[in-house]
Amino acid sequence: MKKLKYALFTGCTAKQSTPEQMMSTLAVARKLNIELIELTEASCCGASHLQDYDDFLSLVLNARNIAYAEKHELTMVTICNTCQLNTAMTKHRLDKNPELKAKVNEKLAEVGLEYKGTSNVIHFLYAIIDDFGLDKIKELVVKPLSQFNIAPFYGCHNIRPSELHDESHKQKENPYNPTSLDDLIIACGGKNVDYEEKNKCCGFHVELQAPHTAAVLTGTAIAGATDQNADMMVTPCPLCHLKLDTQTKSASEAIGREVSLPVLHMQQMVGLALGCTPAELGLKHHVTEVNFI
Amino acid sequence: MSTNSITTQKVNFKVFRFNADEDYLPYYENYTMDITSEEVVLDVLNRIKWDHDGSFSYRRSCRHGICGACAIKVNGRSTLACKESMTTMIEYFGNEITLEPLSTKRAVKDMIIDKADFWDKHASVTPYLVADIDECPSCENLVSPHDAEELNEADLCIQCGACHYACPVVEINSDFFGPAAFVAAYRFESDVRDSDGNRLINVNEEKQGVWDCAKCFECAEVCPKDINPIDKITKLHQMAFKKGVAKNNVATRHAVGFLHSIKKHGMLDEGGLVLYSEGAHIVKHIPVALQMFKKGKIVMPWNMPKSDKLDEIQKLIKSSSTVKF
Repeated sequence: MKKLKYALFTGCTAKQSTPEQMMSTLAVARKLNIELIELTEASCCGASHLQDYDDFLSLVLNARNIAYAEKHELTMVTICNTCQLNTAMTKHRLDKNPELKAKVNEKLAEVGLEYKGTSNVIHFLYAIIDDFGLDKIKELVVKPLSQFNIAPFYGCHNIRPSELHDESHKQKENPYNPTSLDDLIIACGGKNVDYEEKNKCCGFHVELQAPHTAAVLTGTAIAGATDQNADMMVTPCPLCHLKLDTQTKSASEAIGREVSLPVLHMQQMVGLALGCTPAELGLKHHVTEVNFI
Repeated sequence: MSTNSITTQKVNFKVFRFNADEDYLPYYENYTMDITSEEVVLDVLNRIKWDHDGSFSYRRSCRHGICGACAIKVNGRSTLACKESMTTMIEYFGNEITLEPLSTKRAVKDMIIDKADFWDKHASVTPYLVADIDECPSCENLVSPHDAEELNEADLCIQCGACHYACPVVEINSDFFGPAAFVAAYRFESDVRDSDGNRLINVNEEKQGVWDCAKCFECAEVCPKDINPIDKITKLHQMAFKKGVAKNNVATRHAVGFLHSIKKHGMLDEGGLVLYSEGAHIVKHIPVALQMFKKGKIVMPWNMPKSDKLDEIQKLIKSSSTVKF
């Protein structure tokens, strides 16, 4: 197989509050012989909050990020669901609207850049599933996670709006019954846990302005996974991870029930199955301890 | 006309049954039927009533996706029964299908719910044109096609409630107006003839307004009219800033904080954003922040990473900003 090569848009949390996510992404890429060119020039995607304030500016900044991936003539991979949403949404809007694209390019020209629309934008989860292949991952598993019940937590912005997902990725994902992360768990030798909240919202984006709402959403998700006998949760989104890993106290208070489960990043789960060490995957950076390895 | 031949398959239905006048608790009834590839969900509801149990109750009227009466939940997904094909539902969920009302908590009889909360919230956003127009005008109040486009199809909403009862925030926060009410607010707020001064302020209030939207995109996914309610919610946020009614609170500072952070670092400064948004209230985050610090999850301000070519980002912010706060 030809070596896979992508432009990596790390997003902001990978460099700050989820260092383990960055470490495990690189560790998995090494194991799978995937080359990642980090887009060090990239800015924040606006996380759908800058979009509430200044729509045009957020388009310009995201188009600039994509333009750097285009310069490398590479598909952009994201490792955060919300980065994926805002980047793919920008691409969707500019590709569908030549007038808007021209306006954005007028601004980008001031710094010698151009958004062409030549680079696709996909989440790393789908890069390893669709491009690398589940069967190949299965072959490389050296430490199957067979003793674990693992609850997938998909995160909204990878699966909704489904139109955007299906446009960016090779395979469709059913937003009401997503399967990619379940399939990946099985490929890693684990037992996938089915529970009602797997495709629901973690509440991250209203954490500051509506803490109660956010805490109930988080608590309900962890409780749902717990009730189906999950030993741990796994998510492709660092924002969901922050919520599920660090906010268990407020979540427990909000739903009136003590909830806490170890939460792995999707990359950490794959890394464990491929034989990476806990140190390589940054397992010590979790607030809810991952103490079963 | 489709040239595909009609196919048939067996489907097991688990149907929510409840009569508020007689039953202490709801229960589920099972029916197995042969479903053809041409049937919509409403056909199934009709067949349950006509072939199995005449007391089965549901709302329906137009059968053309216009009246909005027949929305129910299929395997937890809000669905307009007369519009959704059973083939799609089987593709989504397989041959075990559960039919429930939009909100089991609000069930009155079987699929029929008490939609009072929906209508109360709809009424709260002044869902009509407020304009000082002469009763006998000398000429028509024309709206140009360009201005009409500003509605972004918000006028197509049929008030079916699919998005409202799919919204996780509505479920938790009973003050929250919900996506359908916001679509109605946007429909009139974006109308060039409208001169209401309170609607936008009202839908920007904390707890009830757009700032409590969790950005889960459930509403966009379920809308049978493809109205994309969250797009209207985003536009109401933007309008609040543009029209100068955005209050200085944690939610608005959270949005504006991204700009400040990107201007300074290119990337988001997570700690800086929380400080800027919360002000003195940041103290409530200290316990979690300490736990995160111990695990190496907090970057100190002096170690804050910056994007390469930050000057480019700053130049673009200067030239491309369209809003001031």
